[in-house]
Amino acid sequence: MTDLPPPSARKLGLVIDLDTCVGCHACAVACKEWNSGGISGPLTDENPYGKDPLGVWFNRVHSYEVEALDDQPAMTLHFPRSCLHCETPACVSVCPTGASYKRAEDGIVLVDEDKCIGCKLCSWACPYGAREYSEVEGVMKKCTLCVDRIYNENIPEASRQPACVQACPTRARHFGDLGDPGSAVSLLVAARGGVDLMPELGYTPVNQYLPPRPRRAGSSLPASAPQETLDEQQLPPLLRWLDRALSR
Amino acid sequence: MHPAFSVIFFTTASGAGYGLWIWLGLLAAGNALPARAPSLFALGLGFVCVTAGLLSSTLHLGQPLRAWRAFSQWRSSWLSREGIVALLCFVPMMWLGAAIWFGYHARIAGLALALLSLLTVVCTAMIYASLKPVPAWRHPLVVPVYLLFALFTGGLLLAAILSLAGLSPGNMTGFAAMIVAALLWRLKRYAWRSIDQGELPVSRASALGLPAGRSIKVFERPHTEGNYLTREMGFVLARKHARKLRVIAVLLFALVPALCALPVWLFVHLDAAPFFLAAALSALAGTFVERWLFFAEAKHLVTLYY
Repeated sequence: MTDLPPPSARKLGLVIDLDTCVGCHACAVACKEWNSGGISGPLTDENPYGKDPLGVWFNRVHSYEVEALDDQPAMTLHFPRSCLHCETPACVSVCPTGASYKRAEDGIVLVDEDKCIGCKLCSWACPYGAREYSEVEGVMKKCTLCVDRIYNENIPEASRQPACVQACPTRARHFGDLGDPGSAVSLLVAARGGVDLMPELGYTPVNQYLPPRPRRAGSSLPASAPQETLDEQQLPPLLRWLDRALSR
Repeated sequence: MHPAFSVIFFTTASGAGYGLWIWLGLLAAGNALPARAPSLFALGLGFVCVTAGLLSSTLHLGQPLRAWRAFSQWRSSWLSREGIVALLCFVPMMWLGAAIWFGYHARIAGLALALLSLLTVVCTAMIYASLKPVPAWRHPLVVPVYLLFALFTGGLLLAAILSLAGLSPGNMTGFAAMIVAALLWRLKRYAWRSIDQGELPVSRASALGLPAGRSIKVFERPHTEGNYLTREMGFVLARKHARKLRVIAVLLFALVPALCALPVWLFVHLDAAPFFLAAALSALAGTFVERWLFFAEAKHLVTLYY
């Protein structure tokens, strides 16, 4: 049933640090690599080596230019976007077939691709653009939070986390139980003031984003590059003559 | 939003078909059905419109053979509810058809057909009206306008069939058609104006988790080519031509039908058939353009990221 299960105690999700993300796209690439062979694989591409390639990715890293404000200098913001495994995911409740579901035990939102009819309504219901349709297979695809990794007893325990988290070179991505207030990720969110994306829509995302830390006060920074001045009297005679000749 | 031809055709054609069934069902419920042949023809035309629309919407699916699964999630999904009610309509339709054929009254079948057809159109509209990420579709007029278009196009088709069969639906039908055409024009103008005035209710800062008030511009997209999202949600063609297309839509669904209905109202002994037929065809074409705009003009919140 696409009725939502009662809120689970365990809420597995990601915490993404916008302060440390450098926009290298390693998460996106690692995700594509793992999930191409994972339970939701293949992540199909259309025309992959042609003129206008197009394909399914579960991670998209956007880059924005944030203009200066008061004492905050202008900055580049790298923003990795993926499924937020919402607590009230409209993508699940609009599904007519029961292919989309939210797991009662850990809150992961998944698609059963054998039941999906490819009506695309779930992708319309998601404001975060988390779902991408596979034209090749005729079914909807989405982030699985690497459900085939995090519970996988055949891989070393240290590797039992989503591929994107493992790949991140700046440790901007953290995985854990956001339903447990004592977990490392919950403490991180509390310490850094983690936020929901588009909270006004009421989807209550599980994933949290840590906003960039405030930059050093702009007033203490020099307003512009120091003025270059030249004291001709200090120059040796030859250079003084050269300066005069070139200044003419 | 990308205006998929199959969905636009579905909402236009099945809307007209259900509208036809609503009027026919109401006539049957009031024991006021016209003669056998035109009644059966109207019921059959409704069947053709509805079935063609439903088949076209199935073709839009990635896995059409699994469509039967869509009847299972009626507790949460408007699309599932629509599928169920749409299918249920065929029961009273066949019952009414048999009743007309064998010449006995079927008031309950008529009432059931009218109610279920009405419900189907409401469910179709609710699929869109329930989507929070598309603010233009959250407008309170979306459901009434869908319903009114169904009643208008279906009513004009019925009036055309009756007058073609030599049964005059009465000159006041012409007057009613003019009133509904004017009402549709007013409602759509109101809805379009609120699209024009309405900024998206969510800011880019909120989409990125940043405090409000800072200007944020796209520096680099995540991908050099398009993707499913930009193809499906980021449709720009209609917004470019919105003005012209709105005028064309109003001309076709309101002005031409109203002008066709005017002589029917004024001249009681006029043969209304060609006028109602022209009005119905024009209204259908206008509804098609209006539906195209309904999809193409609607902006999805995911465009905040792009």
